[in-house]
Amino acid sequence: MAKMIDRASGLGAQPSPEFEEQKTRWEASWHSRTARRGEPGSGATDRTISDLPLKPMYGPEDVAHLDLARDLAYPAEFPYTRGIHAGMYRDRLWTMRQFAGFGNAKQTNERYHFLLSQGQMGLSVAFDMPTLMGYDSDAPQSRGEVGRCGVAIDSMRDMEILFDGIDLGEITTSMTINGPAAIALAQYIATAEGKGTPRRMLGGTLQADILKEYIAQKEWIFPPRPHVRVIVDMMKFCTAEMPRWNTISISGYHIREAGSTAVQELAFTLADGFAYVEAAVKAGMDVDSFAPRLSFFFNSHIDFFEEICKFRAARRIYARRMRDKYGAKDPRSWTLRFHTQTAGCSATAQQPENNIVRVAYEAMAAVLGGTQSLHTNSMDEVLALPTEKNVEIALRTQQVLAYETNVTNVIDPLGGSYFVEALTDEMEKQAEEYFRQIDEYGGVVEAIEAGFFQHEIADASYRYQRSLETKERIIVGVNAFEKEETQGDLQLLKITEEIERGQARAVQDVRANRDAAKVEAALASLKRACADERQNVMPPLIEAVNALATEGEIVEAMVSVFGRYTERAAF
Amino acid sequence: MPVDRPLRVIVAKAGLDGHDRGAKVIARALRDAGMEVIYTGLFQSPEQIVQTAIQEDADGIGLSILSGAHMTLFPEVLKQLQAQGAGDIVFFGGGTIPADDTAELKRLGVREVFTPGAPLSLIIEFVERECGKRRELVG
Repeated sequence: MAKMIDRASGLGAQPSPEFEEQKTRWEASWHSRTARRGEPGSGATDRTISDLPLKPMYGPEDVAHLDLARDLAYPAEFPYTRGIHAGMYRDRLWTMRQFAGFGNAKQTNERYHFLLSQGQMGLSVAFDMPTLMGYDSDAPQSRGEVGRCGVAIDSMRDMEILFDGIDLGEITTSMTINGPAAIALAQYIATAEGKGTPRRMLGGTLQADILKEYIAQKEWIFPPRPHVRVIVDMMKFCTAEMPRWNTISISGYHIREAGSTAVQELAFTLADGFAYVEAAVKAGMDVDSFAPRLSFFFNSHIDFFEEICKFRAARRIYARRMRDKYGAKDPRSWTLRFHTQTAGCSATAQQPENNIVRVAYEAMAAVLGGTQSLHTNSMDEVLALPTEKNVEIALRTQQVLAYETNVTNVIDPLGGSYFVEALTDEMEKQAEEYFRQIDEYGGVVEAIEAGFFQHEIADASYRYQRSLETKERIIVGVNAFEKEETQGDLQLLKITEEIERGQARAVQDVRANRDAAKVEAALASLKRACADERQNVMPPLIEAVNALATEGEIVEAMVSVFGRYTERAAF
Repeated sequence: MPVDRPLRVIVAKAGLDGHDRGAKVIARALRDAGMEVIYTGLFQSPEQIVQTAIQEDADGIGLSILSGAHMTLFPEVLKQLQAQGAGDIVFFGGGTIPADDTAELKRLGVREVFTPGAPLSLIIEFVERECGKRRELVG
């Protein structure tokens, strides 16, 4: 079968004798060009940034095994390699969604109003480290961290300020939070309902992907098993009560930032997604009841074609597994929808203006890969949170891409490229190989517990760093074309200590001015729900949030039942 | 006096910051350069880091911070080093740290601050040189 080219359905056409002659001549001249090989300065290499081998040129023989209907199909047709919508960007652009949050809720609210006034289409909340780790702003663990890399949210009061003047029934909101995701969701619901918008009207996405925290980002609270249980509770709750809400955004972004290869990002992220599907099905849910509202979040790194192929392969793998392995019948359960962010780890502190250029290429790869929404990083994010000016350039980068370059006019314009199809296929194969290894551990949670992912990623990031040392790989301004300036005239955003003191006072104020008995009762019923798997933690969480229990108090109540996770430190 | 034993370095993560890619790369690079490396793991307090360094008789501490909390946590480690009589330990670090903060941290006594893109060879050379000097003095 491998040798036979089916002309009716195959991608590789039967080559004519003339074409064969051309090929022979090209091969001869390619091989005779050794004299010039090794010349410095070309920068070209025979591997992708993730170490996948590359040929100098691809032809029909590289795609001869692919079947048009089975492997490519039309847009909006299984397995969705070419895109999930029939009209793609002809019908609707991707959502330009800049991740933002810093300081306190009031400052971030001002940034949101600015972004919306500049044509941004959805909000995306970045929380600070204490909020992400489940500590209140006045906790000893929070010292020095409040408002530094996102906005500080301690109680529902902060959430109310964060969305002041914004109609939550109109806008969609993405919240990047994982360990305490259920608490943030409860706060969001309570805030919206307080403003008169019922929960069924709320549209948005919660990241809530805890598995990748153990694998890469390290913002966990409880051990994996109770954490996954809370996520399944959220999936059940949202399925029943929040039809417009995307329960989980299964994220490869952080896996890549932690140093993985593109294939690892692809495989580990999808494996996480399938683990949630399995957990929900095991908890008695019908796969088609929740799968249409799972979404994904990928990184767009600097290796242009590898990224495009990664996105295309992701759609194909997901569709195949969802239909064939998990028995989903609703086509909406087969389609992988994803958000993309340009690679923070590809940005450089040296000559930071160059990051604008990197971001533009990475954004284009995401769009050629068919993304549904996009965040473009600002040039200064390698040094600090971005200033308004730099965020504006990043947003304008997307607008130029959308309205000037014309790449939106044709659906999957690279489909059928020998190279793109061959690499897409190769990435699918390598991801399948990782799935096999994960299965050998007994599943994702077991592989996490064995340190498998963590070790694979650490190996890959060390290999990559070594390739920079030897200049096998070049990064402009870092290991080539260096210059004696560094941060130049870049104005950086500074978060003051006053934010931390103010936020600590605010949370103490909230605690002093609430009905303590109500808080206690709500936390007690939350603990009971945590201890009893037949109950859902969401209703008592909403009750606790409405009683003005702080995030730190809620987390402590849950930790008293679930325990806290600790990682074995290894490098 | 075991003068010829390898240099021993603590690679540390403090506060709530989970970005451990850089710390792990540095830990491996220093180990591959022949040093003994102890990685603390995540979420250590400045006090724990300094205690580990003293218990392990380390020559240096490298602290990695990418969460923006560097102006709190670096000075706290310095304070703990002084308080626990370990001011001779070479204290350096790295992360997403703007240039003017680097200048201030160095003024306070942090020996070197490396930002993203710093070559491993430079870091290794720094650690070998400074920790080597400390070893000669302290033994």
